[in-house]
Amino acid sequence: MADKILKELKIKVWRQKNAKSKGKFETYIINDISTGSSFLEMMDILNNDLIEKGIDPIAFDHDCREGICGTCSLYINGRPHGPDTEVTTCQLHMRKFKDGETIIIEPWRARAFPVIKDLVVDRTAFDKILQAGGFVSVNTGGVPDANAIPVSRDDAEEAMDAAACIGCGACVAACKNSSAMLFVSAKVSHLANLPQGKVEAKSRALNMVSKMDELGFGGCTNTRACEVECPKSISIMNIARLNREYLKSRLSR
Amino acid sequence: MSILDSKIPEGPLAEKWNKHKAAIKVVSPANKRKLEIIVVGTGLGGASAAASLAELGYKVKAFCYQDSPRRAHSIAAQGGINAAKNYQNDNDSVFRLFYDTIKGGDYRAREANVYRLAEVSPNIIDQCVAQGVPFGREYGGLLDNRSFGGVLVSRTFYARGQTGQQLLIGAYQALNRQIAKGNVEMYSRHEMLDVVKIDGKARGIIARDLVTGEIKRYGAHAVVVATGGYGNVFFLSTNAMGSNGSAAWQCYKKGAFMSNPCFVQIHPTCIPVHGDQQSKLTLMSESLRNDGRVWVPKKKEDAVKLQKGELHPNDIADEDRDFYLERRYPSYGNLVPRDVASRAAKERCDAGFGVNSEGKAVFLDFKYAIERLGKSVIEARYGNLFQMYEKITDVDPYKAPMMIYPAIHYSMGGTWVDYNLMTSVPGLYSIGEANFSDHGANRLGASALMQGLADGYFILPYTIGDYLADEIMTPKVDVSAPEFAEAEKEVTARIEKLYNIKGTKSVDYFHKKLGHVMWDYVGMSRNAEGLKKAIEMIKEIREEFWKDVRIPGELDNLNPELEKAGRVADFFDIGELMARDALDRNESCGGHFREESATEEGEAKRNDEKFTYVSCWEYKGEGAEPALHKEDLVFENVKLTQRSYK
Repeated sequence: MADKILKELKIKVWRQKNAKSKGKFETYIINDISTGSSFLEMMDILNNDLIEKGIDPIAFDHDCREGICGTCSLYINGRPHGPDTEVTTCQLHMRKFKDGETIIIEPWRARAFPVIKDLVVDRTAFDKILQAGGFVSVNTGGVPDANAIPVSRDDAEEAMDAAACIGCGACVAACKNSSAMLFVSAKVSHLANLPQGKVEAKSRALNMVSKMDELGFGGCTNTRACEVECPKSISIMNIARLNREYLKSRLSR
Repeated sequence: MSILDSKIPEGPLAEKWNKHKAAIKVVSPANKRKLEIIVVGTGLGGASAAASLAELGYKVKAFCYQDSPRRAHSIAAQGGINAAKNYQNDNDSVFRLFYDTIKGGDYRAREANVYRLAEVSPNIIDQCVAQGVPFGREYGGLLDNRSFGGVLVSRTFYARGQTGQQLLIGAYQALNRQIAKGNVEMYSRHEMLDVVKIDGKARGIIARDLVTGEIKRYGAHAVVVATGGYGNVFFLSTNAMGSNGSAAWQCYKKGAFMSNPCFVQIHPTCIPVHGDQQSKLTLMSESLRNDGRVWVPKKKEDAVKLQKGELHPNDIADEDRDFYLERRYPSYGNLVPRDVASRAAKERCDAGFGVNSEGKAVFLDFKYAIERLGKSVIEARYGNLFQMYEKITDVDPYKAPMMIYPAIHYSMGGTWVDYNLMTSVPGLYSIGEANFSDHGANRLGASALMQGLADGYFILPYTIGDYLADEIMTPKVDVSAPEFAEAEKEVTARIEKLYNIKGTKSVDYFHKKLGHVMWDYVGMSRNAEGLKKAIEMIKEIREEFWKDVRIPGELDNLNPELEKAGRVADFFDIGELMARDALDRNESCGGHFREESATEEGEAKRNDEKFTYVSCWEYKGEGAEPALHKEDLVFENVKLTQRSYK
């Protein structure tokens, strides 16, 4: 329970100046990291060292550092969000690493997520998929009372399970096909489970899936890697649900 | 006082908003299409405003520094959202929510604004349900409610421990729908660096594309700032790493008054600082205080052993534990409001009874609740929070008490706005946490989400029409105007100045230094001497910063250090103004505690005779002392009483 000090770590990290340039790995040594520090605090310290040495610090995405905004990414030792389970990179702690260890850090790698710089990738493709149908078409105002339509507790809970997705992209990074099926299915399930979302369920599934294909994400081959790496434990049962919704809408066209 | 016109409508409290809505102007659909609005920030306030304005037909440009609007820090709110629905039949009402909010804010908020907030709160829940927000429900299919601190009714709606996330996703989906329709142009990874005024009116912004480094001009008929709070002035806070006060600060420098900047909320239940490598504090939901008991050892020698790691908390007998909240506040016990609980924890730690290696933590113990209710009940209530605690600290809170300590959480102070949410600059609006208007000196739990969405969905879309109705003849704003060129030049010059310092120390070095000064002298407990000292110390750090900061990387590329440098440069100025404001307000109210204004028992003492006002600071130029204006608060519907939780 008490924090220890990791005397030395080798950090092998992907460096890439911008989208156009070719990247490569660089290795840095970092000393005296507390096991109570988070992974990103270790990165902060490494960056401070680099700044003092006059080296451009490593760019990486992060914001809330509470595991909920979905900004942080990082492919650490071959796993999205690193070696712990059910956590994002910002909640990964250094006690998961051993003194002297080499830690390999890469960006998410997917055609639809081009690298912007170092470990920062462009995930606007996710926004675009949601813009294709991941909403309920209601304007502000003129809606019924919140209790006008009862929703079974089970449906609400199931919707919430799917709605817990933070849009980080670990599912795409984990998938050998770079498929976004888990992400898309989470939104489709979230809304299809609720009466408010059912009205547009058919067009939603169709539009989101075709947008996903158009943006260069791969197909799903049921390897379940996405489910294993999802920091929010989104179930692949949602993919089954998406397939059902998709089929329904194709058949009824 | 003529300089501050709050535009609060005449008439009885309950009729003000309806009468105002009937009186203000409306823009025709054909004219809305010709009017452009810039919305900066895409949290609950910004996203809901951008979506609602676009639905009305305005042309909207929305900006956020994050890679997607969905990342805004509203997403991290856990507990819930208040609304006066009275679904529980427990005699809740608009008036009761209004009263609780005014009282909770220690009588330092405007009656009319708070009443309106309570009045529109039920519509928010209706709207969110229609969007597909999966609120918690009863077995009969109707919405469930939770209780929260400081109130006697059950009016908090929730989506597990992720209410902020779900509400933000609801607003983000509405925003996405308008982006897809072409009504909103979304600029992610863009940071507003200045607001542009033409003939005294806000006409646009200067923003930096954070990926390419390009400085660009954007024009509009009105500008809405929804950029949240400035808690990161303390370096360590529960805010996101990128949360900043810079947009609000640029507005201030362009003539928007800053109100009550010293009012910041310190949340009592955060995971304590673990050492000097820490970058960020994690909040543990206030709801934990429903079942956890807060304590420190009675004997100092036990505390010393705990600090050295020579004693396990479970080995301290009950009679040797000091349940100091229950001792000091027998009627509210562990459920005293946030500010009271925070100060009490600091008092014990300052007296040497802190329980972690730094001596800056107290215990929150679930042993008693587990004995009373069983582990499974506690797991059902707090399972996800316990899991998070264990991931971060490596301590199992089912077996050993949690350690907690107060941390900076929310900014009640902010940009001054009138009843229409317009700042003192015509055409410039401020909504959500960024403005000062609704929470007085202390915000109640589950009210931040309510305010952000009230402003964005139901208030701004009406009130902005009153201003824009007079702008229908104003052509599309020309960004080649000299005012834009001048603002762009200034922004570029400042960036280049920062970049060319090429000193020896990182931005974080200075930010941490500032944070220490703020925490020590402008934190939970303040006095005149300390505040004066803080102002001098901040000046010194700022001077050192402008001489010795090192910003690596390039100007025309993604450069997080450059972004941070700009924000920290503004934090010095914000911190200084906070200290000035705290110095002026020689009373204790809500989150603001002046040691000079305390009862004999050390409790906060308000001074209504002298301080029943909103402080409004006016920028007077770089290095010059700002001018203080006062908006007197008039209470016609509630009686001012001293809060007591004894």
